[in-house]
Amino acid sequence: MKTKRSMVLVSNDPASQKKGASEVYNQFSKELAAFNLSDEISLTMVSDIHRDDIAPFVIVYPEAVIYGPVKPEDVHHLVEEHLYKGRIAVDLKAPTKQLTGPISWIADRKGTLPAEQRIVLERAGVIDPDSIEEYVIHDGYTALGKALTEMTPQQVINEIKESNLRGRGGAGFPTGSKWGFVASAQGDQKYVICNADESEPGTFKDRLILEGDPHSIIESMTIAAYAVDASEGYIYIRGEYSLAQTRLVNAIQQAKELGFLGENIFGTDFSFDIQIHAGAGAYICGEETALIESIEGKRGEPRPRPPYPTTNGLWNKPTLVNNVETLANIAPIIRNGAAWFNAYGNPSSAGTKVYTILGDVNVTGLIEVPMGITLREVISIYAKGMKNGAKLKLAQTGGSSGSIIPADLQDVPMDYDSFAKAGVTMGSGALLICSDKTCVVDLAKVLINFFRFESCGKCNPCRIGNQRAYQILTKISEGLGTEKDLADLGDISKWLYEMSNCGLGQTAGAPLKDVMSHFVNEVEAHINQKECPAGVCKMSGTMPAQK
Amino acid sequence: MTVNTKQDRDFIKTADEAVDMYHAKKEELIPILMKVNQDLGYIPKPVMEHISSRLQVPQSHLYSVATFYHMFFTEQTGRHVIKFCESAPCHVAGGREVFDALQEDLGISPGGTSDDGKWTLMTTSCLGVCAVGPVMMVDDDIYGNLTPDQIPDILAKYE
Repeated sequence: MKTKRSMVLVSNDPASQKKGASEVYNQFSKELAAFNLSDEISLTMVSDIHRDDIAPFVIVYPEAVIYGPVKPEDVHHLVEEHLYKGRIAVDLKAPTKQLTGPISWIADRKGTLPAEQRIVLERAGVIDPDSIEEYVIHDGYTALGKALTEMTPQQVINEIKESNLRGRGGAGFPTGSKWGFVASAQGDQKYVICNADESEPGTFKDRLILEGDPHSIIESMTIAAYAVDASEGYIYIRGEYSLAQTRLVNAIQQAKELGFLGENIFGTDFSFDIQIHAGAGAYICGEETALIESIEGKRGEPRPRPPYPTTNGLWNKPTLVNNVETLANIAPIIRNGAAWFNAYGNPSSAGTKVYTILGDVNVTGLIEVPMGITLREVISIYAKGMKNGAKLKLAQTGGSSGSIIPADLQDVPMDYDSFAKAGVTMGSGALLICSDKTCVVDLAKVLINFFRFESCGKCNPCRIGNQRAYQILTKISEGLGTEKDLADLGDISKWLYEMSNCGLGQTAGAPLKDVMSHFVNEVEAHINQKECPAGVCKMSGTMPAQK
Repeated sequence: MTVNTKQDRDFIKTADEAVDMYHAKKEELIPILMKVNQDLGYIPKPVMEHISSRLQVPQSHLYSVATFYHMFFTEQTGRHVIKFCESAPCHVAGGREVFDALQEDLGISPGGTSDDGKWTLMTTSCLGVCAVGPVMMVDDDIYGNLTPDQIPDILAKYE
């Protein structure tokens, strides 16, 4: 395993080159060798950051400190102070207030080290998930007590609004606004549903929250119910998650025995009960209207929207549907206040995000970090670098409906607004890291195959479009593609987005679109040269099987 | 329907147990089917007919629900069901080679049941244990970090 403790990035844009970036780079190389640090510290040139006035400049990770302008004779001092002794060389630091453009986010970073910060996974692995006593000792149910006895439902909603919490299921909708819609909807009966039908490929954060800290979800759902005036709740959990299911059943039982759930909670006149509904294996049931159909005992086919579940949800009543990770943030926000929550992350996206790291890296697994850290940091700090020192080619975020992010976007901070600006999405929090041994045609084929398999079949663009895209990609991967196929894939991706009824179909074309915009040369090599540059596709040249 | 064989009577008994467990509520159709599927390994036609009359829902609706969800089977499966994850994280971790080896060892392709009725092979979407991909499930057991050479030893554990 090859891991690096720090990274040094030297700017390589035209302005930096003119002002001697190469000399600075070479000097770094020499000084790192002189201090015997070459094995611990990686040195790279980056070209996608434009900042002429401080060129050439140097960014040192993981602290994300920018130095500039740097002259070759400064390098010895920099290496000695920052990399050898571990102190930031203040005299060479670029003035942060002048930071503009693509790197201005570094100035917004609160605290320099992007160390793992846990809010939703705070107790996971620390307490016994089957013991309500341990949960209570660790501040459990204090937020519910505070909400019920010291706050009005409107105050609870306002607190969530001020926290700037956004839905962690993938779409990033402001949670407080959603609560407000349900609270103001007319209805004699309202429902709160926890969406635990986590099935995005590569995502297992909700499973670990439920398995590690089931009471946090029950507490947060009860707070939500109080805020929107609901008396019944459902947890819709994936059929495959049997351990999480067992723990939830136990947690609900314990909460009822201690009076945190059921009739007259905390001696108030507020009552709320939760039922568990297990899914039976259907990715589409993670879509909120399909989930509601499934609870009603039907096929999980999404409803047309509007009307939205906030007014016409379960049994046609106003219904609040929140993802597990979103809910897990609720109790901490009520307990500590919106201002506390806003201190995490960056101005566009408050709080933390749980990511699952997978693929060609040294360490895979789960991390919870502040919003706004970069892919480069995730790979080098938490994933301990690429496996066997391989080169990063792309990362796929958020399961199958996420984006394919090429390596040159790895310095974009991972938050809702920066990603939207770069034309990519965060999705559900999976980070599938792929080295240059990955073929984009093969990857797109696997992703589309997933949608082909999981499409509910209700609307034509999704049912037929994914099938057709899969056939075309199979053809290309076998060396039988034509120029027309390329245009067809572009059309299918566009039509999927424009004409599908629900989020599944609308996002199914995203991998195609990303491949076309970032890796079209590689697809063309399959078509024109009948070659797979990564050496993955077997270019047999025979007619594809029509599956 | 007319009840003839002992097998039919057993089916009806299982169906009644599942329906009673959920108080014959229409909205509990999915948990009811889940219970039957667990007890019998699949949902046979006579069972669907019986549940349909007990819940007062059309058979067509029952069939449409039973065939919609991947965890339900409407045909008898082999004694052991293998679900192999074919989602992207397992695929890039070397899943394809393992799946080829698995198909060769079993002598069946996805969706097939072996002639001796021992194995049914299926592909599945993400099982949520991606950190240890490639992954497969044999009945309720999960196997991760698979390599092609482990397959014979794993299969040998099952009678």
